Amino acid sequence: MTTRVVIVGAGFHGCSAAVHLSSQGHQVTVIDKAYAGRHASGVNAGGVRRLGRHPAEIPLATAAWQRWQRMTDLVGDDCGFRPVGQIKVAENDADMQLLADRETQIRSLGFDHEYLIDREELRRRIPSVASHCPGGLACDGDGYANPYRTVTAWRRRAQQHGAIFHEGIEVTNLDSHKGGWEVTASGQRFQADIVVNCAGAWAGTLCERLGEPVPLTAEAPMLMITERLSPFLQPVVGATSRPLSFKQFENGTVLIGGGVRGAVDFQRDLAETRLDGLAENANTVVSLFPFMAQARIVRTWAGVEAVMPDQIPVLSRSHTHDNVIHVFGFSAHGYQLGAITGEIVADLVNQAEPSLPITPFSITRFQDA
Amino acid sequence: MFKRLPLSDTTCNRDVTITFDDLTVTAREGETVAAALLAAGMRNCRTTPVSESPRAPYCMMGVCFECLMEVDGVPNVQACQMLVREGMQVRSQQGARRLVHDHA
Amino acid sequence: MITHDLVILGSGPAGMAAAMTAAQHGLSPIVIDEQPAPGGQVYRAIETTPVNDRRVLGQDYWSGETLAKGLHHQNIDYQPNTSVWQLTRQRDIGLLHHEAASMIRARRVILATGAMERPFPIPGWTLPGVMTAGSAQILLKSSGVVPNAPAVMAGSGPLLFLLAAQYLRAGVPIAALLDTTPRGRYRKALPYLPAAVRNIPTLTKGLGLLQELRRAGVRHIKYVSALRAEGDNQLERIRWQTDGQDTWESLETSTLLLHQGVVPNTQITRALHCEHDWNEQQLAWHPRLDEWLMTDVEGIAVAGDGGGIVGAQAAAIQGQLAGLGAAIALGKVKSDEGNRQAAQLRQKLARETSIRPFLDVMYQPALQWRLPSDDTLVCRCEEVTAGEIRRIARMGCRGPNQTKSFSRCGMGPCQGRMCGLTVSELLADANQQSVEATGYYRLRPPFKPITLGQLARAAEDNQ
Repeated sequence: MTTRVVIVGAGFHGCSAAVHLSSQGHQVTVIDKAYAGRHASGVNAGGVRRLGRHPAEIPLATAAWQRWQRMTDLVGDDCGFRPVGQIKVAENDADMQLLADRETQIRSLGFDHEYLIDREELRRRIPSVASHCPGGLACDGDGYANPYRTVTAWRRRAQQHGAIFHEGIEVTNLDSHKGGWEVTASGQRFQADIVVNCAGAWAGTLCERLGEPVPLTAEAPMLMITERLSPFLQPVVGATSRPLSFKQFENGTVLIGGGVRGAVDFQRDLAETRLDGLAENANTVVSLFPFMAQARIVRTWAGVEAVMPDQIPVLSRSHTHDNVIHVFGFSAHGYQLGAITGEIVADLVNQAEPSLPITPFSITRFQDA
Repeated sequence: MFKRLPLSDTTCNRDVTITFDDLTVTAREGETVAAALLAAGMRNCRTTPVSESPRAPYCMMGVCFECLMEVDGVPNVQACQMLVREGMQVRSQQGARRLVHDHA
Repeated sequence: MITHDLVILGSGPAGMAAAMTAAQHGLSPIVIDEQPAPGGQVYRAIETTPVNDRRVLGQDYWSGETLAKGLHHQNIDYQPNTSVWQLTRQRDIGLLHHEAASMIRARRVILATGAMERPFPIPGWTLPGVMTAGSAQILLKSSGVVPNAPAVMAGSGPLLFLLAAQYLRAGVPIAALLDTTPRGRYRKALPYLPAAVRNIPTLTKGLGLLQELRRAGVRHIKYVSALRAEGDNQLERIRWQTDGQDTWESLETSTLLLHQGVVPNTQITRALHCEHDWNEQQLAWHPRLDEWLMTDVEGIAVAGDGGGIVGAQAAAIQGQLAGLGAAIALGKVKSDEGNRQAAQLRQKLARETSIRPFLDVMYQPALQWRLPSDDTLVCRCEEVTAGEIRRIARMGCRGPNQTKSFSRCGMGPCQGRMCGLTVSELLADANQQSVEATGYYRLRPPFKPITLGQLARAAEDNQ
């Protein structure tokens, strides 16, 4: 049966849902107030990471990782995915203990994709890392990809399946209409049997309108990129007890990010970078890679992202309305998961039991709090 | 290629000696590294990190970033914004920068 | 971090005039400039130029002397060799001086960051030996350095003709002047001539320049419609077509000086997220300013060409206006007295700028110089061609921020200064939408690349 689905938000999750729903013959409309990939989906650090995931996310991240392996088959573009591996570096013995505990936890959950490496092995994989680092936690097969290129590839695939994208219009009203919805966006009206809320940092407004407010905060993870440097680093590097994501691309530029937050300017719909946060990140980089003190930063930026208090997303049917599905609040680590969320949304639209466990991501979890 | 006009200098700017790669260059106090090297016959100041194609100063006012050179050990300095100093060592740049990380 | 009343960025005509006006009204402005000496580009090296035969650079150049003298006022703190890598909407300013980063704060900021030459993307424009006419003029003014063999000058606009005249006066031979001003331009600009007559001196000087070139017998090739720079690792020859003809002519040369007008340098106002408008006549973006030259960001004004091309004389008047505005805002001048002075300045400004529409239309670069052929490099830093931008547009990219992810266009050290206008126009053309709707790069600090080490130290300074 064909369902009319309106997806609000053309980030990676919205486009992923659009690909799966439209390929199954549903009639899909995607609405975005700016353009596909304008915020967190298009300008994030591009980490394709299972390493260090919340236990509830591991099954999804594992399934998403399998999709990343055959990205070209899925959307006709590898999205710049490079499985160079990821390593969380310990800066001291306390960090090393945290990583060992993490390895034990992963094993007890029945997974083995994360494993400890010692000082010597760390040095072998990252010859340029500071000598005081005693080891790390590695995850082979993780890596990075190109965020905006990813969103574009998924949007194009959805369009090829017949999904219609309306960019530059903003949802202003959501009215119950003959068992479904009438969605008004900048004066245009759209009829839907089901609405999918993929509105990222702006998802909270829809939730309020539906009578199920959520404790969502908009944050702006900051990123910096350097001039092109001759190659010195293969894997993506993280720190253990400080925010850091550090990677060198094939073109030689080095991307530094990992969660230090800028300021969100909702009025102008953009994110501002903040000097103190960037400097904090710079200090972390320099203590792990002292020679980087000389590297020149060419550009900084920030993207607006929805963060939940428990740092895991909302991925569930609405509690108040049967015909609304929520997909938001990925808390600055949703990029890798975009490869799987569309399949889960399609299951929910088709009234099927989702193939992966999503109970921890229910929107009702904030009600008791 | 450039040359200096034969001018009767009334501005009292002294001569300054700098090096460009292995050459010794006479420059005038108060002028920029890029101007001094162009006057001394420099053709290229670097090759690009992308295709290693040769480049030379282009705008002379700090907006094009073509004149990036290594000055006294500091790489990617805008030579058109940097004044010459006595004894300054200027080097052309080849391709992407190499940062030292040798602490084995 | 120290808070200052007034910080002026740039010491060209607008910055110098703003500083002097502010100082006369009892303020103590700080003037920051990344150049080594005052004057901006138009009065470059005004206090130190070795070209002491005043006839060579001309009377307009030497008129900058008075302004530069004013900068020595005891209340003005002039800081050359200092670049600005950050300016926030709260007016926190990040400075870089001899590789050391620091921070200051200002109650009031006047941006006098001026203009830059419009990018002139032709095949081969990255070859050593190809430079801008502006850069050649800087070499002449600051060091008395000129081409050692007859150079080819190509393009359009007053600066190109002025440089040619200055070369002639200095005895520097010119191989050819390839004029890209399209046929019929004079007729198109004619309706704007009556207004321009309010500024007779500038008009007369312009005509005088053209006469000077004619009398000297410079090979002046008109209606050039295509141009290529060629050579192996450096410029060896140029080839051109005239008036849309199929035949190519060529000339051996080691120096090609390009110019097709100047455009506002909006790098900082963009990073501040000021409102910008696309000027159809000047074919450039400029920040939206009120009658006091204030942007829509509190406490930040723009004076001079950075707010829209007005020329050096008008830039100085705008500097006075912005300086007066700051003096009123900071309580140094009563507002009714200030308003009276401002009215006079605005009158002078209107007279001075009356010639702009005529010049803007007369020397507006033709489409082929703004929408280059597919094989032309558009982004010099990341080496992205016009063809690549068009290909990305066909993939569905509608704006310049989207093309960055696919090509890194605009993400090199110059941060889009050299490609921004071209990319916006290429995308607008490919997507059949207006340049206004296509937009421009989102820019963020640092305005000039700084090292991670400098960034960390600046933050300590900020505490």
